[in-house]
Amino acid sequence: MKARRTTKALQYVALLGYMVFLGFPLVWMLSTSFKPPREMVEIHPTLVPHNPTFDNYVEAFTEQELGRAALNSLQVSLATAVLTVLVALPAAYALARFKTRLGTVALGWVLLSQLFPFVLLVIPLFLILRQVDLVNTHAGLVLVYVVWALPFALWMLQGFVRNIPRELEEAAAVDGATRLQTLRRVVAPLLAPGVVATSLFAFISAWNEFFFALVLLKSPDLATLPVTLARFVGVEGIARLGPLAAGSLLATVPSLLFFAFLQRRLTSGSLAGAVKG
Amino acid sequence: MTTVARARARSDRTTVYLLLLPALLPVLVLSVVPLLRGIYLGFTDARAGRDVDTSFTGIDNYRELLSDDLFWSAFRIGLVWAFGVTILQFVLALGLALLLDQPLRFRGFARVMALVPWAMPPVIVGIMWRLVYHPDAGLLNEMLYRGGAEGLRHNWLGDFSTALPAVILVGIWAGMPQTTIVLLAGLQGVPRELHEAAAVDGASAWQRFRSVTIPNLMPVVIAITSLDFIWNFNSFGLVYVLTAGGPGGRTMLPMLFAYEEAFRYGNYGYAAALGNVMVVIIVALLAVYLRRRLREANA
Repeated sequence: MKARRTTKALQYVALLGYMVFLGFPLVWMLSTSFKPPREMVEIHPTLVPHNPTFDNYVEAFTEQELGRAALNSLQVSLATAVLTVLVALPAAYALARFKTRLGTVALGWVLLSQLFPFVLLVIPLFLILRQVDLVNTHAGLVLVYVVWALPFALWMLQGFVRNIPRELEEAAAVDGATRLQTLRRVVAPLLAPGVVATSLFAFISAWNEFFFALVLLKSPDLATLPVTLARFVGVEGIARLGPLAAGSLLATVPSLLFFAFLQRRLTSGSLAGAVKG
Repeated sequence: MTTVARARARSDRTTVYLLLLPALLPVLVLSVVPLLRGIYLGFTDARAGRDVDTSFTGIDNYRELLSDDLFWSAFRIGLVWAFGVTILQFVLALGLALLLDQPLRFRGFARVMALVPWAMPPVIVGIMWRLVYHPDAGLLNEMLYRGGAEGLRHNWLGDFSTALPAVILVGIWAGMPQTTIVLLAGLQGVPRELHEAAAVDGASAWQRFRSVTIPNLMPVVIAITSLDFIWNFNSFGLVYVLTAGGPGGRTMLPMLFAYEEAFRYGNYGYAAALGNVMVVIIVALLAVYLRRRLREANA
């Protein structure tokens, strides 16, 4: 009994250790984001700011470059989400409802494409987009993001389609509904949660993406949030760390919400291994 | 098959292709084609610029790579990084997954916390850890000072000897959630009866872990470590933000090296060749790893 209690205690200590390791960097960024410039240059920084201030957030919001970058990111991510779902929806339906070898081929391609470093992909992409004058445009970047998100979106959506009992569609057909009516009245409402989840996934993958945005967009006016934030790094003086921390935290909010939304599924394991980091 | 059925099957097939086309076409044009072209570029002397002639040069790029010290250094650092991150990440993630599988209090909270790094874009993770490692305003140096180890204060990312370990630690932090969640799912898939049977037979916790948990978890372990290794070897954004390959190239991962070759110096062909080499290396390493594991499983 005593040995068991020691084990339990050790387990809690280990768990605490993990939580500190995982949580502390985040707490520190949070703390930094509330510090006025004066406290940033203190010889011994403290975890809790002496005079917490919202100035850094105000500055991050009003900083012209960050605001524009956030708007760019929003545009690109929304377009990616909408386009991905529009393109994936019919294909996912076909993959789920008809027997075709293409499904296996598609999944094989997803796995295979993981092997290739982005540099192999991005140079030809750059050349192809330049041929059609889409380099340094949001449209070009969105196209790349859609293709990038598509395999997983397809896989996710066709799972949702499979969960809709085929009998429902057959019953509607027996009642004299046309195929289109069946899709609109029966399938569409049941598929709504799947569409939401898939578009969120596409949105987040575009929102967080860095490499393609770095290479494919040259003008600072067009840069997305990660690229703009990364540009601040290195040239920031110590006094600018506060706004940088605040901006970074704000930029994380969408994906935090997304993960909060998916959290239950993720920890129950049903989606485990499905989302690429 | 009757003619009617055959006609129906054919119309079905047309429908399927029509439905799949909008998804397949972009993937073909912007994923399959570029990849093939990228592989081909690795055998040419392609350079940046609109009107530059490109010619097929065979294995010239690879010969040049062999005698390129910077490539060898990037390659070595890439291997240290990829193996270091993957192995430590796995060990730590397994520990956390085992804990989260126990009936502990705060388990729900801990599971959410374990997901947080996953929800953060790599660029933000990089910025955050720069704040932690900051020589003056950083958390780490301050903790060392408070802990009475002022002598250990360091410019963690700027010092030749600590830059790579510091970056590896961030890599572990950023990648732990995926690995933990996958392992946790694997643990929950191990049949309870096996554990109970082993306990009845008098097996200790450690014996049960070795002879019940590990063998049942093995397929998951192989899958996630392989994927982790691929992702780590090809990773870019995190280290780009943390050190941009510095100081003095001490954290110059192969991907960073290829990026510089391609977009700073415009050597597209050379960079693509480097990409090809990376694919071959990854495939070779995975082949060795998977063969050994499979042989162990069959032994």
